[in-house]
Amino acid sequence: MPYLRALGCYLPSRVVGNAELGALVGADPAWILQATGIEERRFAAPEESVATLGAWAAKDCLESAGIGASEVGLILVSSGSSNRRFPGPATAIGSALGIAGTAAIDLPLASAGSLFGVALAAGLCRDYGNVLVIGTEIMSRTVRMDPSGRDTAILFGDGAGACLVSAEAGFAAIADSVLHSDGEFAEALRLELDSPLHMDGRTIILQASRKLPRAILEVLERNRRKPGEVGAFLMHQANLNLIVRVARALGVPESKFFRNVGRYGNTSSASLLIAAAEWWREAGQRMEAPIVLAAFGAGLNWGAVLAVPRT
Amino acid sequence: MDQRTRIVAIIQGLAGKPVDPSNEESLFESGLLDSFTLTDLVTALESEFSIRIPDSDCRPRKFDSIARIEAYVQSRS
Repeated sequence: MPYLRALGCYLPSRVVGNAELGALVGADPAWILQATGIEERRFAAPEESVATLGAWAAKDCLESAGIGASEVGLILVSSGSSNRRFPGPATAIGSALGIAGTAAIDLPLASAGSLFGVALAAGLCRDYGNVLVIGTEIMSRTVRMDPSGRDTAILFGDGAGACLVSAEAGFAAIADSVLHSDGEFAEALRLELDSPLHMDGRTIILQASRKLPRAILEVLERNRRKPGEVGAFLMHQANLNLIVRVARALGVPESKFFRNVGRYGNTSSASLLIAAAEWWREAGQRMEAPIVLAAFGAGLNWGAVLAVPRT
Repeated sequence: MDQRTRIVAIIQGLAGKPVDPSNEESLFESGLLDSFTLTDLVTALESEFSIRIPDSDCRPRKFDSIARIEAYVQSRS
C-alpha cells in the first residue's frame, strides 16, 4: 500500500500585493481582488530558479518526514515554467539535495503535474522506495508584466511544494487515483517558447467546472465513498470562484476546501502541494477522515487522488 | 413558451435582471455572461431542454448569442 508520508513547501520571500502589481499592469487593486480573490502573491528573486525553489520545498518535506535525502529512491518534478527545453529541473534538484545518481524525472504538465506525480509515485514506490514528488513554478516569468498582459499577470505567483510517497510508512494511505487527458483543448492554455502564457479563460473555466467534480466523484464512487465523508478537499489553487463551484457541484460545504489562493495566487503545479502541505501542518500532521487531492490544467490534464487514514 | 423565450429566461436568471438581448448580440461583450455564468448557462440548458452537452461542445463561441444558443439547442434536440 502506498502512503503519503510527508509534505513540504517553499514560498519566495518577496510578497507582491495588488497595489504593486496593479501599478505594473494598469489595474485597480480592488478590481484585482474582486476578480480573482487574490490579495497577494510571491515572486521569485532574480537569482532563483524552479530548481532552487523545488530543492527548498524538497528539503522542507524531507525534514518533516525525518529522513535524509539518501533515502529517496526516485524524484518526480512537475514544472511548466522551466526556463529551457531540457534538461528540466529534476536532475538539478537531485544534485542540490546531494543525491546525484538517483533517478529524477521531469513532468512538464503544468497545473495538473504534481497530482499526476503523486498518482504515479503511488505505483512506483513499490519498486523505488521513497518517491519525492515536487511541483515548482516561477509563473511570474511566463506572463507580460505590463497592461498587455493584465488578465493573466494578475492570476499567477511563484512557489514550490513537495510530497514524499512511501511504500512503507505515512500518515495516509493512497487508496486510488483517476487521471484523464484530452488534447482537444490543448490550444486553450499553452506556453510557447519565447511567448507569454496564453489562456482562454472562458474555455478553461468551463472545462474545469465540469471535469473536476466528475473526476472527484469518479474516484469516490469507485471506492464506495460519498463527498460528505471527505474531511478535506485539497485542490489546485487556480481560482477562488472555481473552488467554490466545485464545492457546490459536489454538494459539500466550501469550508471543506482548503484555500490559500488569496495569499499565493495560482502557482500552477506547485499550488496543490503547497496547499496540501499547509493543510497537513494546520491539521497537526495527521488526518481522521479521507482527503481528496484534485487538479486540472493545460493539456488538458485533470484527475483526483483519494487518500484515507491508516487503519 | 417558445425556445427563444426559454433561453432568454435562463439568461435573465443568470444576469439577475430582466434583460432582452438581441439575437446576434454577444452575451460576453454585453456583460451578461462571464466565465462562471457560462458554466451555469450550459448546465441550465441541459436541464431546461433535457439535452446532454458533451465537453467537446463546451466552447464559449457556441453560446455567445441567443442565435447561437438556439442553433445549438436545436442541433441537440
